[in-house]
Amino acid sequence: MSIALKATDLSKTFEIGKRLIGPPRGRVRAVHPTTFEVHAGETLGIVGESGCGKSTLARMLVGLEPPTQGSIEIEGRALDNADPAAFGRLIQYVFQDPVSSLNPRKTIREILEVPLKLLHGMDRKARAERIAEIFEAVNLRPEFLTRYPHEFSGGQAQRIGIARALAANARILILDEPVSALDVSVQAQVLNLLADLKREFGLTYLFISHDLAVVEAVSDRIAVLYFGAVVEQGPAEKVFAMPRHPYTKLLADSAPRVGQPLGGVQSGELPDPLNPPPGCAFAGRCPRASDRCRVERPELRVIEGDQLAACHHPL
Amino acid sequence: MGAFVKLLFRNRLAGFGAVVLGVIVVLALITPWLPLHPPNETVTANRFLRPGTPGHLLGTDHLGRDLLSRLLWGTRLSLAVGFAAAVIAGVVGAAIGIIAGYFGGRTDNVTMRGVDMLMAFPYILLALAIVAALGPGLMNALIAVAVVNIPFFARNIRGITVGIANKEFIDAARLSGMGHTRILLTEVLPNVIPVIVIAMSTTIGWMILETAGLSFLGLGSQPPQADLGSMLGEARSAMITAPHTSIVPGVMILLIVMSINLLGDGVRDALDPRLRSGALTRPLPATQVARKSVPEVPARPGLLEIDALETQFHVGKRVYRAVGGVTLELKPGECLGLIGESGSGKSVTALSVMGLVASPPGVITGGAVRLEGQDLVGARYERLRSLRGDKVAYIFQDPLSTLHPLYRVGDQLAEAILCHHGIGRAAAMERAVKLLEDVRIPNASARARAFPHELSGGMRQRVAIAMALANEPDIIIADEPTTALDVTVQAQVLALLDELRRERGVAILFITHDFGVVGQLCDRVAVMYAGRIVEQGTTREVLDDPAHPYTRRLIACVPELGEGRRVMAAIPGLPPAVDNLPDGCAFAPRCDKATEACRTGEIALEGGARKVRCIHPEGSVREATA
Ligand SMILES: Nc1ncnc2c1ncn2[C@@H]1O[C@H](COP(=O)(O)OP(=O)(O)O)[C@@H](O)[C@H]1O
Ligand code: SF4
Ligand code: SF4
Ligand SMILES: [Mg+2]
Repeated sequence: MSIALKATDLSKTFEIGKRLIGPPRGRVRAVHPTTFEVHAGETLGIVGESGCGKSTLARMLVGLEPPTQGSIEIEGRALDNADPAAFGRLIQYVFQDPVSSLNPRKTIREILEVPLKLLHGMDRKARAERIAEIFEAVNLRPEFLTRYPHEFSGGQAQRIGIARALAANARILILDEPVSALDVSVQAQVLNLLADLKREFGLTYLFISHDLAVVEAVSDRIAVLYFGAVVEQGPAEKVFAMPRHPYTKLLADSAPRVGQPLGGVQSGELPDPLNPPPGCAFAGRCPRASDRCRVERPELRVIEGDQLAACHHPL
Repeated sequence: MGAFVKLLFRNRLAGFGAVVLGVIVVLALITPWLPLHPPNETVTANRFLRPGTPGHLLGTDHLGRDLLSRLLWGTRLSLAVGFAAAVIAGVVGAAIGIIAGYFGGRTDNVTMRGVDMLMAFPYILLALAIVAALGPGLMNALIAVAVVNIPFFARNIRGITVGIANKEFIDAARLSGMGHTRILLTEVLPNVIPVIVIAMSTTIGWMILETAGLSFLGLGSQPPQADLGSMLGEARSAMITAPHTSIVPGVMILLIVMSINLLGDGVRDALDPRLRSGALTRPLPATQVARKSVPEVPARPGLLEIDALETQFHVGKRVYRAVGGVTLELKPGECLGLIGESGSGKSVTALSVMGLVASPPGVITGGAVRLEGQDLVGARYERLRSLRGDKVAYIFQDPLSTLHPLYRVGDQLAEAILCHHGIGRAAAMERAVKLLEDVRIPNASARARAFPHELSGGMRQRVAIAMALANEPDIIIADEPTTALDVTVQAQVLALLDELRRERGVAILFITHDFGVVGQLCDRVAVMYAGRIVEQGTTREVLDDPAHPYTRRLIACVPELGEGRRVMAAIPGLPPAVDNLPDGCAFAPRCDKATEACRTGEIALEGGARKVRCIHPEGSVREATA
């Protein structure tokens, strides 16, 4: 299987409270050096709680955010300067908020024409044909093309967002919480559409979500992010069923499930990003934490077979 | 456009302004073709003729020039200069604001510091300084007035642009291959133009006044050219002897500035989307009530009974039936779940209980809400207020809506306690810290001094829960309190609510869209669709053996952890709009069991403890009725 997307030691540090002159007031490591690969035709799920660096990672992968360090390779080509237009033909992004990702003052046709014109230089006739094709693929009626975004429900707007990503003709899509803003009945419609599109166009997905059940349902492999770093990685059917990292276990136990008793009242909080702990970032909340955990940062390593975890005392 | 004009003229003052300004502008436009004396024609014999003199309708000035003619030509000039200044200030200011706001960082920092510096001068001083540097003359006065107003536009537009630049559609445009220039022109600009227009329409009046001021001081238009300011300036010496020479241009300035400002305010309000929904009219303290009949009070009243409640929103001609006859009963110490998709009316039901639905446009049009037998619908505001917090407390999805951003959380809690109990500040503070401990906030006495923004989302929601507990209410209405939280934090908050309920016997009406949460927390559950309860029963029954097709299919849509990769069941279509509900069952257009009978007449919610609103129910309920 060929590698569609490869990130090597990709990291991002934000400077907080920049001043006109002089150093910034603080630095936040949003993403620690991260290395991973996504195979062509695969869905890699990324889960983690808010603020753990999911979106920053995703934005680096499409060139919207220049990485502080590290490199990105897409379909064998290294892309090292953050230029969304160069990335756009190879990798596209579907945004979380379907409504705010569409310009309220443009018709749907105008929105969809841009990538066709600018990324592929298509003429008017070719554009119209392609748009009709894509619109059919995402199950939208052609008369919607002349309407404005505010006339659509969340689920329809998200289909339009997917249509725009498809219009760029990229084979890799980053789906950043694509169904989080949608109601469950509509969420299922969009997830099924994504599965159909993947089969039809041979796409590769990076599916980001905070909803464990959704990620498990759509992914081949899953990476769990905590405090800017991948703490566990493995096949979808094993990650939550047989977690190796204590944080993954906490996540799996916290997911509300009918019939499962409510968990503990107290399970701690995230560390302060401006003042990160020296060892394992999870040590303050971890029932297995030892002295070693508090001083030495665990590296992501193979625990057993295809399951990786960054933990000194894996489960 | 038609709607905009209608909205504009609904505001009488703005309409009046529009008419006055319209007349003045038309007169100014056709001035060259009017049968007037030449404006600069001096006839010394005719000095200071009074208004009404034949041939000189408004009289003449100190050089015997016809005032009517000078007034119209002067108005023409003043309007043109003011308009030009507004356009220049608007264009330059907007350009600065857009560039600073879009690029941010250093560009923003440097330009906005410059703008701040300009703003630090009193503007008339700055204008005088500019004219002094450039020399007197109408053109220079125009430049001065424009420059002085640029900072106002730059600041305003920058603020708006920052908001737009952070929108996801800008990122999407970059990924579609657009460069910065194209994004600025086609994505950002169209979204700020309305703001620019509003800012111009509210400032052009002042710019005309400022130009007139400079001309009055002799720094603007030079003799013999007439503009309104210079006419006033020249008339100054004859103020007592020939007052009409001052009054005529003075009244015109007044009319112009007043009409422009009235119109400008009207334009601003009409373009404000909030006005369309009626939100700008003064909200009533409690939801408006217009009931035709009041349900009978049962013999043995329960803790909280929502009885055939109907709440509607009246927006223009449309009637949104957000809650269409909801009946629910909450028993002491129980947790009742209210579940449904967004827009199904859960929040409006919850807010109706204490008359918190915004009015206008909200109206309670039927039913009752009884707290221990007493009807709260239509109760006096004072009574509702004394019950809010004391008997019934709310927790919302966004804790910031209950917490004031500028006060320390401990003080806010103490304030809430003092509101209903006069126990003294120190004692109230002590109880506030105790409450924070009760909701498991570590380090409670230190955290009491924190401001809401210094706490994480989960901590804030705990503070909001503490706030709800402050006066030991019998009932807590929690509207999606964990929807915005992460799973691990959600689990903590749910466990906390469950514990509080068991320890204190508080009854909870728990609103959510998550079946997992209902399954873990609630004793009973009611399912809502399009403003009505479609199914109700114990949580076990409803989740394990759903009777309404909507419930069953909605549960099937929810992926559960541990089920692995699969194709998800979906419900095609969308919930109906509540201003256009179909006849019969609202779910019929999406239901695969719908028959002719489903599409006509009223389908009742039937059953005892277990209720279903469906002609063809499923599972054990079907077997029972068959
Ligand atoms: N201020 C308002 N003006 C007009 N309609 C409103 C207003 N607030 C709510 N609605 C309508 O009432 C219906 C129910 O809304 P809501 O109770 O908020 O649903 P839920 O809480 O179940 O998501 C929706 O169709 C919504 O559009
Ligand atoms: S490294 Fe230590 S503290 Fe970190 S997760 Fe593993 S056991 Fe827990
Ligand atoms: S009443 Fe008819 S349409 Fe409505 S849910 Fe039942 S079977 Fe379906
Ligand atoms: Mg709601």
